[in-house]
Amino acid sequence: MSSLEIRDLHVSIETDQGVKQILRGVDLTVNQGEIHAIMGPNGSGKSTLAYTIAGHPRYRVDSGSITLDGEDVLAMTIDERAKAGLFLAMQYPVEIPGVTVSNFLRTAKTAIDGEAPALRGWIKELKSSMEGMRMDSSFAERNVNEGFSGGEKKRHEIVQLELLKPKIAVLDETDSGLDVDALKVVSEGVNRVKQSTGLGVLLITHYTRILRYIHPDFVHVFVDGRIAEEGGAELAERLENEGYDRFLTGSTVG
Amino acid sequence: MSSTIDTEKPPIPGSAAHTDGAWTIPIQSRAERFASAEHADFAEVTGRELEWRLTPVESVRDLIDGALDGGRFPTVVSDAPGVSTEWVARDDARIGGAGLAEERAAANAWSSFGEALAVTLTAEDFTEVTIDRTGADRTPRAAHTVITAAPNARGIVVIDNRGSARLSENLEIVVGAGAHLTVVSLQEWDDASVHLSSQFARVGRDAVLKHVVVSLGGSVVRVNPSVHLAEQGAQGELLGLYFSDAGQHLEQRVYVHHDAPSTVSRVTYKGALNGDGARTVWVGDVLIGRTAPGTDSYEQNRNLVLSDGTRADSIPNLEIETGDIAGAGHASATGRFDDEQLFYLRSRGIPEQEARRLVVLGFLVEVVQKIGQAELEARLLDAIEAELAAVEVV
Ligand SMILES: Nc1ncnc2c1ncn2[C@@H]1O[C@H](COP(=O)(O)OP(=O)(O)OP(=O)(O)O)[C@@H](O)[C@H]1O
Ligand SMILES: [Mg+2]
Repeated sequence: MSSLEIRDLHVSIETDQGVKQILRGVDLTVNQGEIHAIMGPNGSGKSTLAYTIAGHPRYRVDSGSITLDGEDVLAMTIDERAKAGLFLAMQYPVEIPGVTVSNFLRTAKTAIDGEAPALRGWIKELKSSMEGMRMDSSFAERNVNEGFSGGEKKRHEIVQLELLKPKIAVLDETDSGLDVDALKVVSEGVNRVKQSTGLGVLLITHYTRILRYIHPDFVHVFVDGRIAEEGGAELAERLENEGYDRFLTGSTVG
Repeated sequence: MSSTIDTEKPPIPGSAAHTDGAWTIPIQSRAERFASAEHADFAEVTGRELEWRLTPVESVRDLIDGALDGGRFPTVVSDAPGVSTEWVARDDARIGGAGLAEERAAANAWSSFGEALAVTLTAEDFTEVTIDRTGADRTPRAAHTVITAAPNARGIVVIDNRGSARLSENLEIVVGAGAHLTVVSLQEWDDASVHLSSQFARVGRDAVLKHVVVSLGGSVVRVNPSVHLAEQGAQGELLGLYFSDAGQHLEQRVYVHHDAPSTVSRVTYKGALNGDGARTVWVGDVLIGRTAPGTDSYEQNRNLVLSDGTRADSIPNLEIETGDIAGAGHASATGRFDDEQLFYLRSRGIPEQEARRLVVLGFLVEVVQKIGQAELEARLLDAIEAELAAVEVV
């Protein structure tokens, strides 16, 4: 069973105003098969954590460690991390002009598996995954995320999750901007992948409504660059009712 | 690209200045530019003229001022139904029907050519013609070509330039009423070749011209398409694609003259630059005359910088003489890879080099896909792949 371990992680970024510290000692372990929800106010550093796990060059790790099954993730390039089994569904998926979804997905699949997928089976898999996400097959020939609505972009992220079969996935606000039907479709997709591959999930969200479909084993409250409190599903309900006020006293959240 | 540029000055590679809206105001109206078929009518070229200041003038001096061989350029024109091909004398009525030389190198060619190649499309069924021109040596030469689409004719003419050449030429394109014509000028010359090409098109009533410039090979290649939307409802789609390697100068000066009501133009030029001294120039002049109410016009140029030591100039000029337009806009951008695109692809396991290749190909493919001829599109994609194979992108 795979395990992603984050230890005392400190991360900063360079801004025009100088270096800005964002993560201030994050400790977190996500095992395969577990669902962890992270909730926290805007600007508390949730996306920063997600990007740092994926290896975005903008984020500088000052100290601490990230390992996947004991392997040093921080020493890996971005694509090596994906090959090792990490996946990030982005809060704002990027548009790539001139690259079709089908070309992109096949290239990614080939890279991750180290060999091109058998054509017939691949087309079938792609088709069924897109159907499952209620994405019309015409999307396959469109350019990656170009002109997709917010919800379509998010569903496309989950199609990728299903096809690339990572061990641990970080979902950064995948639920934002989804209508009720899309939310169900996306949640079912994530649950289906978890069922079939034993995926471990780190789910970043502002709302409990997605947690009604994807049941978290753990809920972490993220404040000011670190985890302020941990609990079970009931903690999410409390946050929704009470807000983050009681965690914010004295802290500096931008 | 996240940044845009509108440069008269050398941009710092990768970085970029920019302004949308602050386009250069021409000193004189483009419509008033002097034109003549006579070399002697043009002043000596110093290299400081607006027309020449971005061109390595000394490398093309022989074409501007030297004696040019006006004999037939080695050319093979494919047979196609409804197409006639002939070499015609200098006094043929078709010559001069679409325009006249506007600078000294073009005038030198005009003064020097012996016979003109005339290709005329008459069929209303779609026809495809290729004009294969394979240069065999480095003798400075002149050429003149007239492509005519009769009223309501449909077709595509691909001028396929290869081999070695030092060529200054004028190409005239006449698109008759209701005709739909595509002309592709494809420059795949060898590394030492030099090619100056002035291309003049006159588009008639409700006719559609798609004009495509693809410059990949050659040492100095300067192709200047000038499209006159002369009658009501005329449309021009001008596409360009270029890939400049180390030491290569690829230039295109585009001019669209809206001269009749309800005319439409779309200009899309895209280029990539890679290697020390890779150089590109794009100038896009659009004139919307008083005679052209209801005009709809948009021009854009985008350049992707793949290495240090390159320079891309991108200069849109928009002149509007009528208050009644349906739309007019422009965009110009020069920049490095979008890091977010690369991150996205790599986060899906795609190795860096492969991710860069995908992004460049995707960037250029937009223009290729608009050509509308599958075989040529496939061939161009292969050619771009070949260019990319040589790229150690950073
Ligand atoms: N490129 C950047 N330049 C300047 N500040 C940045 C940059 N990226 C992140 N930050 C800052 O870092 C802090 C953490 O941002 P992050 O995106 O991680 O927050 P978040 O918890 O995901 O917020 P949200 O809930 O709004 O998505 C914020 O204050 C943000 O403004
Ligand atoms: Mg965020």
